[in-house]
Amino acid sequence: MTLAQAAHGFLSPTGVEIAFLLVGLVTFGAAIITVTTKQLVHAALWLVVALGGLAVEYLLLTAEFIAWVQVLIYVGSVVVLLLFGLMLTRAPIGRSPDADSGNRWAALVVALAAAAALVWVVVDAFRTTWIDLDGPAAGSTEATGASLFQNWVLPFEALSVLLLAALVGAIVLSRKAKAESSSPPVNSRASTGSSPSVPDSRNHTIGRNGPVAGTESAKGTKSARETDSTEQEGAR
Amino acid sequence: MHLAYPAVLSALLFCTGLYGVLARRNAILVLMSVELMLNAVNLNLVAFDVWLSRAAEETLHSGQALTLFTIAIAAAEIGIGLAIVLAVHRNRGTADIDKLRDTAEGHDPDTSDDDARTAEQAAESGRTGKAEATA
Repeated sequence: MTLAQAAHGFLSPTGVEIAFLLVGLVTFGAAIITVTTKQLVHAALWLVVALGGLAVEYLLLTAEFIAWVQVLIYVGSVVVLLLFGLMLTRAPIGRSPDADSGNRWAALVVALAAAAALVWVVVDAFRTTWIDLDGPAAGSTEATGASLFQNWVLPFEALSVLLLAALVGAIVLSRKAKAESSSPPVNSRASTGSSPSVPDSRNHTIGRNGPVAGTESAKGTKSARETDSTEQEGAR
Repeated sequence: MHLAYPAVLSALLFCTGLYGVLARRNAILVLMSVELMLNAVNLNLVAFDVWLSRAAEETLHSGQALTLFTIAIAAAEIGIGLAIVLAVHRNRGTADIDKLRDTAEGHDPDTSDDDARTAEQAAESGRTGKAEATA
């Protein structure tokens, strides 16, 4: 280690280090914009920049297979899923003033303290450690595939079972109840009014003045109808 | 390459994700921040695997294998998380995690603002429907 240490200068960065630093700055800046921007769709698009920058960092670390998996899965599918989620939850286009919650300053303090502690510990611990990037790539597809299918076959297969479970779980969670449109909402609201088993009297007023309350509670009434029919379907 | 470069970048990205998880309100933005944290961990795993594959005699490439597993699990997590967020949005009409206060203690729903009251109404009516369906 001392020989290798002598070969490296602490203040004379190599070309790979300079490239890593520049791409790292872009990645970090994109991540900062992702968590601070007020436009929800722009956050997803800056996340693409951050994840793509990380893929370039993997390439600089000679882990090519991980880099392309990162591009395929994160940039290709996860961000598209997030954009679909933003569209389906009717995220506003443009600036939304309530993107950040009220405990933003507490979160900033926690994040800065964690960053200071982590950076200090990491720099202090690995001050004299260099990665040797010469020679054959440590993360080439051949090396990764050989180790994955020689030593990691059982976790790999277990991972496929987990992916199947996640697929089935996502379908079950996002499936709509079948008889949502067939059960008329009038019945459910009428039976809500005449139900003797409602524990709280405030529920009566809320359930009854739904159509009268006007624009403020229109959305609440609609989702309440949906919830009613869903619950009835579940009870059947 | 000095090992401190990827380690410091990974720590900074993790703390950025931590800030996003704590400070964001929209559930999908929280999921994005979780992805940032997972990616910071992945960068650490890859950097240490590349370092150890040269420093050690025999290596299992465990860092890269674990990175692949983390990426797959993150994909599964984002699918399940989005399904949950969409279900909540369908039932409550909002994806705002500050307004999902059903299990909060010491929160008076009458003093909250209009949107919170709308979400509360949906929740209350849902509970009414459940009580009447079980009766």
